[in-house]
Amino acid sequence: MSLAARFLPAGESALSVEFGATIDPVSEARVLALDTALAARPIPGVLETVPTYRALMVHFDPRIWSVAALAQEIDKVDVNYLQAATSITWHIPACYDPPYSEDLAEAAGILGLAPEKVAELHAGAEYRVVMYGFAPGFVFLSGLPLALTLSRRQTPRAPAPPGALTIAGGQALIASVAMPTGWYMLGRTPARTFDLARDPVFPLGVGDIVRFERIDPARFATLEAEAQAGRPVMRETP
Amino acid sequence: MSLRVTAIGPGATIQDGGRHGLLRFGVTPAGPMDWVAMRTANLALGNEAEAAAVEIPGGGLTVTCEERPVTVAFAGGDFSWKREGEPLPPAARVTLRPGGVLTAKAGARGSFAYLAVRGGVDVPEVMGSRSTHMRSSLGGMNGRMLAAGDLLVPAQLSGPASAEGAVEAPWLANHFEPVRELTLIRAVAGPQDDYFGSEALAIFFGEPFVLTPAADRMAYKFAGPRIAHVRDFNIVTDGVALGAVQIAGDGQPIVQMADRAPTGGYAKIAHVARADIGRLAQLRPGESCRFARVGVDEARAALLALEDDVFATDSTIRPLTRSPTTESLLATNLIGGVTDGTTPDERF
Repeated sequence: MSLAARFLPAGESALSVEFGATIDPVSEARVLALDTALAARPIPGVLETVPTYRALMVHFDPRIWSVAALAQEIDKVDVNYLQAATSITWHIPACYDPPYSEDLAEAAGILGLAPEKVAELHAGAEYRVVMYGFAPGFVFLSGLPLALTLSRRQTPRAPAPPGALTIAGGQALIASVAMPTGWYMLGRTPARTFDLARDPVFPLGVGDIVRFERIDPARFATLEAEAQAGRPVMRETP
Repeated sequence: MSLRVTAIGPGATIQDGGRHGLLRFGVTPAGPMDWVAMRTANLALGNEAEAAAVEIPGGGLTVTCEERPVTVAFAGGDFSWKREGEPLPPAARVTLRPGGVLTAKAGARGSFAYLAVRGGVDVPEVMGSRSTHMRSSLGGMNGRMLAAGDLLVPAQLSGPASAEGAVEAPWLANHFEPVRELTLIRAVAGPQDDYFGSEALAIFFGEPFVLTPAADRMAYKFAGPRIAHVRDFNIVTDGVALGAVQIAGDGQPIVQMADRAPTGGYAKIAHVARADIGRLAQLRPGESCRFARVGVDEARAALLALEDDVFATDSTIRPLTRSPTTESLLATNLIGGVTDGTTPDERF
């Protein structure tokens, strides 16, 4: 059994298991499958793994492993590429109306679509959590409809608020903290992907499915108050 | 029984070994810029190697001891340390009496010093760590840099404090090359070294690079001859480990440090060996280094050997003496007479 991956040293304490060089469903599935297999049967001395679109980074204790020995060990892991990493689906409320649709009209203009069509496409798709990046709780999603592919801004816009639903480069994400961004903000969720006061702090696991449920601004205000009070506003179904 | 910060420069933070296990959720690990110096200070006190300590950049600090005596240790860059105005070695273990004042000022070399207190600094753990990450306002002193007026409270202590002493820790002396020589930083090629041609690799692993003012806890940006990509400088975002050397579109190296994001989208030509990351952190803007190519096994052996050295910190502690004055030198000669030049004089 071999993984058909490249094992690349990232210094003496980390290893990148690279399944491809592009964003594609095959690499994504393989990263998730290996991550799941390593979580199910942990290798002693592996400290943590970081899944991304096309590679899994493995941070390890160099007292226990050399890069070469660990690469051999990982190559022997029994990976089931057919079984989904998880079956959890998150239903996340999302508002695509002013004042939460900050860049919807601008993005629609670039895409040559009506703003309502852009919102409908974004809200109607089924996504998968591929990775986190930028800052705690920034969720990167795969599954954005091709019709919503547009380039990043030349220069970043003013900080998008927490919960901003943004798109760029064929990718979609849910922001967790305010940050300047080169992406376009189509809408906003009152849900929090990162909340220190909650257990778990990060409910969405890599591999989970995400679906958005459209809400109006009045409902947004209600749910935002709920989230503020520490009550769940995301629904989880198996 | 605590230390009151009475004066402090910008950017001083509380750091422990770092926030681990949450990289997959986008959480920055933080932790010390120079793990070698921080561990040395902690181990000199009998603390856990990665107990929470104060990381002090070039702005220095002054602390005053309150209520009961506190034993501390410090190590790091070649800072000037004084107790009640009396000079101390650049690394030492000392006990402060109530009302006692300890000051640290940046000296000729180095960017960071560490002040450890016996038992470690007692601040709440946030997601398993006391490390401060200012950008996301997590950990340490309410997620922020230390300010005058802050109180550093040691965690619980047991047993008597050790005697005062100078921490010789020869590996700290090796931290700094003589001023005129170029600091040599070992690095392992990859994982995207195939994004660069052999000429570009020869430039990176051969030419000197100078640290620019764009150097903070997140990343150190260097300037030197252009390192050309043979492919696009953008890669599909992947994991970023400590010491990753990214080459951005301008062909200049950026080394990812303690406050790095866990993922990034620039091609990584190499990784600085962890044995040398503390030495790199101690460079100041304007100082230069050269990246020496080593194999991954050599980097691993160097790291394990250095860790072993640092764990023996306690065996390098020598009795503390006052700094020599003409008078004391004369007294020494009267008592000790002429030395043969091979017996180490432990007093200085």
